[in-house]
Amino acid sequence: MTSLPAATDKALGLVIDLDTCVGCHACVTSCKQWNTGGHMAPLTDLDPYGGDVDGVWFNRVHTYEHTTDAGSRTVHFPRSCLHCAEPACVTVCPTGASYKRTSDGIVLVDEDKCIGCKLCSWACPYGAREFDVDVGVMKKCTLCVDRIYNDNLAEEDRVPACVATCPTGARHFGDLGDPDSAVSQLVAERGGVELMPELGYKPTNRYLPPRSGSGRRADAKAARPLEDATPQGGFLGWVDRMLSR
Amino acid sequence: MHPAYSVIFFTTATGAGYGLLALLCLAAAFGLVPPDFWLGFVGLGLALALVSAGLLSSTGHLGRPERAWRAFSQWRTSWLSREGVASVLTYVPAGLFGIGWVFFGQTQGWLAAAGVLAAIGAAVTVCTTAMIYASLKPIGEWANPYTLPGYLIFSAMTGTVLLDALLAAFGLGSRWLAAAALVLTLAGWVFKEAVWRRNDRLDMPATVNSATGLAGGTVRSVEWPHTEKNYLLKEMGFRVARKHAERLRNLVRLAAFAVPALLLAVVLAAPPVPALVAALLATIVQLAGMLVERWLFFAQARHTVTLYYGTN
Repeated sequence: MTSLPAATDKALGLVIDLDTCVGCHACVTSCKQWNTGGHMAPLTDLDPYGGDVDGVWFNRVHTYEHTTDAGSRTVHFPRSCLHCAEPACVTVCPTGASYKRTSDGIVLVDEDKCIGCKLCSWACPYGAREFDVDVGVMKKCTLCVDRIYNDNLAEEDRVPACVATCPTGARHFGDLGDPDSAVSQLVAERGGVELMPELGYKPTNRYLPPRSGSGRRADAKAARPLEDATPQGGFLGWVDRMLSR
Repeated sequence: MHPAYSVIFFTTATGAGYGLLALLCLAAAFGLVPPDFWLGFVGLGLALALVSAGLLSSTGHLGRPERAWRAFSQWRTSWLSREGVASVLTYVPAGLFGIGWVFFGQTQGWLAAAGVLAAIGAAVTVCTTAMIYASLKPIGEWANPYTLPGYLIFSAMTGTVLLDALLAAFGLGSRWLAAAALVLTLAGWVFKEAVWRRNDRLDMPATVNSATGLAGGTVRSVEWPHTEKNYLLKEMGFRVARKHAERLRNLVRLAAFAVPALLLAVVLAAPPVPALVAALLATIVQLAGMLVERWLFFAQARHTVTLYYGTN
């Protein structure tokens, strides 16, 4: 059913640290690699070696220049499904293909029920859903539902692929509904924010803004002048005079 | 937003079709038009053909049209599902009314009740179509109190102009109806101008700062995640018609409102035969104009996802 659960037992989601993300796109490729064989497989690529490449990705990294009075800095911004508490993408679905799980709050698509009307992608302000023109159904981030409960994986690997692969530890996974969880503590400590809170979707994922000190400009310092090339005294001066004849 | 041809045709055709259906059913139910076989056959046939063609075309943009039947299930939350349910339910009283009228020459008694129900069903279906768009919060041009009355006004306008031409063709033309069509066309024009003026001053419902969580200052996109266009940009970042928006608006002003209004004034003044020609022309020109209006309705709608791409 596309009716939303009144409450979910857990609110699993991601916390993304914009201070430490270096924009390497490792989470993007790792996500693609896992999910093209996972729950929503395949993540179709069209014309992958041609001039008109297109395809389905669950995770995209943008790069922005954020300029304030304190200076300007480059911010890399990974964008994926925020697993909202009020996901309009679910309620607009006419077939019941989109749903939000009561147990952990993950928003999923049942590919066998999706008619590909694309209305859910219109209803998502974040651009989290991408249509697979080859299969004819909508696809989206599953929060690696096939990893996080997977008994065949070592316990430390039971996190979304993007989190497992991030080389700078900029991505964190956990229960944001539990105020005592590590991710909730991190959000509280770093002042994590919701994206587009004014639209009322109540996203679960949080973004940690860049630390205020890390964008500070260094003091201006003039470079030292180059060494003087005019003839000087001493041995080198004698060599210079000799060679200049 | 990308204007899919199937959806443009769908909303225009069903708008006119349901408008005609509602007005014709009401007129017959209240005895304003006689239960003539050909009038019922052609009139209801045209209304239901427009509605059915529109509904069928709306499945044209589906990725998996063979599963379209599933769309009737989620009416508790989804306006798209409600639209499907309302459109199918409307066929029941409309069909009964049509059978009574066309095969038995009857439009009174319990058939009149069916006619009124069909008219209500038509109006409800147009409302559900409007609400699909009005409920999409990421699109400020749609999620506002103007979208629902807009769909109703344009459905009534095109339906009345169609009915006027239809009755004129059967020698039942009425000055009152032509005058109503003229007034609705002018009202539609004023309404559309007001909506355009409002939308031109409209800010996005979010900012690039709130979209990225980067408070204060300016946020400039320096690099996209991908080098080619993706689904999001093709579907939500459509910008072709915006370039020609003012010319297309003038075309709408002319075809959807000004020319039909002039032709309807001719209908009011001219003898029956030129009046019929003018009424038919008004219908055709107005429907063509409404297709352009609907194209702009989609093409000028801006989605918040474009904030991430810095394309506004």
